[in-house]
Amino acid sequence: MLAYIVRRILYAVPILIGVNLITFVLFFVVNTPDDMARMQLGTRRVTPEAIEKWKGEHGYDRPLLWNASAGGLGKATQTVFFEKSVKLFALEFGAAEDGRDIANEIRARVGPSLALAVPVFLVGLAVNITFALFLAFFRATYLDFWGVTLCVGMMSISALFYIIGGQYVASKLWHLVPISGYAGGLDALKFVVLPVVIGVVSSFGTSARFYRTIFVEELTRDYVRTARAKGLAETSVMFGHVLRNAMIPILTGLVVAIPALFFGSLITESFFGIPGLGSYTIDAIQAQDFAVVRSMVFIGSVLYVLALLFTDISYTFVDPRVRFE
Amino acid sequence: MPFLPVFLTTDVLLWLLVCVSAGYGWYCRRHAHLAAPWVRVFQTRTAVVSVVILTPYLLVGLADSLHFRTRLEQVGAGSAASYSPEVLSLLDIAASHLRSRREKTYSAPFATRLYAKEQIELADGRQVRDFPRLQYGGAHLRDEEERVVDMSRRAAAGLAAAAALWILLAWVVKPLRRRWAAVPWGAAWWTVGPLLVIAAPVLLLSEGYHVFGTDKVGQDVLYLSLKSIRTSLVIGTLTTLAMLPFGIGFGIVAGYFRGWVDDLIQYVYTTLNSIPGVLLIAAAVLMMQVYVDMRPELFPTAAERADFRLLMLCGILGVTTWTGLTRLLRGETLKLSELEYIQAAHAFGVSNARILTRHILPNVAHIVIITVALEFSALVLTEAVLSYIGVGVDPATTSFGTMINAARLEMSREPIVWWSIAAAFAFMLVLVLAANLFADTVRDGFDPRVRMVAIAA
Repeated sequence: MLAYIVRRILYAVPILIGVNLITFVLFFVVNTPDDMARMQLGTRRVTPEAIEKWKGEHGYDRPLLWNASAGGLGKATQTVFFEKSVKLFALEFGAAEDGRDIANEIRARVGPSLALAVPVFLVGLAVNITFALFLAFFRATYLDFWGVTLCVGMMSISALFYIIGGQYVASKLWHLVPISGYAGGLDALKFVVLPVVIGVVSSFGTSARFYRTIFVEELTRDYVRTARAKGLAETSVMFGHVLRNAMIPILTGLVVAIPALFFGSLITESFFGIPGLGSYTIDAIQAQDFAVVRSMVFIGSVLYVLALLFTDISYTFVDPRVRFE
Repeated sequence: MPFLPVFLTTDVLLWLLVCVSAGYGWYCRRHAHLAAPWVRVFQTRTAVVSVVILTPYLLVGLADSLHFRTRLEQVGAGSAASYSPEVLSLLDIAASHLRSRREKTYSAPFATRLYAKEQIELADGRQVRDFPRLQYGGAHLRDEEERVVDMSRRAAAGLAAAAALWILLAWVVKPLRRRWAAVPWGAAWWTVGPLLVIAAPVLLLSEGYHVFGTDKVGQDVLYLSLKSIRTSLVIGTLTTLAMLPFGIGFGIVAGYFRGWVDDLIQYVYTTLNSIPGVLLIAAAVLMMQVYVDMRPELFPTAAERADFRLLMLCGILGVTTWTGLTRLLRGETLKLSELEYIQAAHAFGVSNARILTRHILPNVAHIVIITVALEFSALVLTEAVLSYIGVGVDPATTSFGTMINAARLEMSREPIVWWSIAAAFAFMLVLVLAANLFADTVRDGFDPRVRMVAIAA
């Protein structure tokens, strides 16, 4: 098992190097640091000295890939690539445009982000799978038809509508929860409830329908016929056989859902003023703070690769056919 | 010439796409095996209903994709013709009464007065603070009391016109009905009815009122909604156009050649996939913005700049979404290349390129069509979110995203400004819902696996 995990981790390394190269090309080759300096300082009335000063302050004044003027190892290390991209592997993110340390900021914001993303993920999973099982149980009836119709209807509505509408109804009309904001500890509950409900609702249509398709497909398999033939009740076929066998495609789908979770909390966080990573990213995008965006791209990929790793490991728990080889 | 045509890149591509689709349709008609899935699709009621709903969207979008500059009045007899710097589209001309009637600021649907109070001078010289009358909305009314009567008169005229058109349509459709008997024409006719019943009164009412109100700078919201349709269509279709070469090429090459080619392509798409999509899009769009802002000399008019940004957004979305299609096609090609007919082709000495284009590609085409259909609605929704984050279309481009974004801040006003956000969501919901339903029927018609499951269940 350990050897398997180690090999999977090693497999993740080239992917992260690839991500690093892509971000480097995006942020430093498509536009030169000079362009970015002019962007930050405003396009008009900007002197070459001001650009040089800005580049110096942010460490962009070095050569991109190869520093011929430095000696020894410095030829490779005293470059923008090494300082800005390679150091991401050591989780050294540098400073944001406002001078704050990005790593500190991330540490402070992980908590609120998780307080939102984890319940959305778990509650959503429970609700969607229950509903999908329910539909699969009543497949090819009117109940199933209207259930699927509900899903298609709900997935056709923009997530922005759920957020704006939910905020208006729950906070403005009914005064159930505060419109936005966040507090630590147990107080977080009243700020997080509405975003969690909205997060679950906005992913409900797509996911529930996806799970239903998996279950219905699973129901056409031979083992289901065998189970029914030997006289098992439909409920024990559903829960004992179909649900367990459907876990593999569901797990695969969950990995795909993790970046979407990030995407979801990106807008939810900023709408509800939750000081998490999502709102940090949005603020950075709007302020064109490239250092922060670059760091978030890297962290996002690390999280995704980790999720991929956990999925592979969890396959071995739900599917005895998958062996570590 | 009374006008000078302006060829924006997205216009050209959109019309090219229309031509290609028409050509494909014509080609399909002459090949029974290609036409068969489409026949299956158009025999379902859902497909027909959704196509009927999508058609007006398509027409509006295409009318908005013919751009030109109108000719200005000749100053002197000998001087060269000069054209207005403003780029207009066919839709702008058709809806010129909506475009030109700009109020000062917000006004509610069917309102005759502005949303905000202003200092007004009365006839006798006194000054009062009140809601001023609108410049255009309901301006034809001498007395505001008449509004309800006037509105119902217009609505009734609209309903009568709708009913007449509807009955006329049943008569027009009759020969078509005989020609393609299997198509559920009844469903189409019953969808056209409600559409007409909504559209005709709205059209007549829009002559005298702002049916969906006006936005912050006084633009008619109905006009903005109509203009947004083109942006949605462009993003939904051109993105898939940008995605297809990568998706198809890499997918079948990886599945067919295997070995190091497969490893390399898998590595590339796993890497791209592991960057959360929205962050990659945001980063790419930010960089594109810097590029555009640094090179103003490349874009002489604002329309061209906005168009370039729209095109680049499609490209960026395409580059970040091809991975899903590649994975599907790779898997399918792996399966296909084991089959006897491919091995027979090998044995006959058919070249790899020929096997890929003549034997593999036609047999994975259904996956491509299904993906394109399914992607469309997702892309329309994505555009709205991206524009909210600030990495979507150019702020000068009207889109559902920019409309929602502009109206979002006014939600806290009292009384609430709900109309422009409601109009954007309503137009978007109908478009996305119809596209989703159509995509479902396309999938059911094309995917052999879904058909098998449907038969078994």
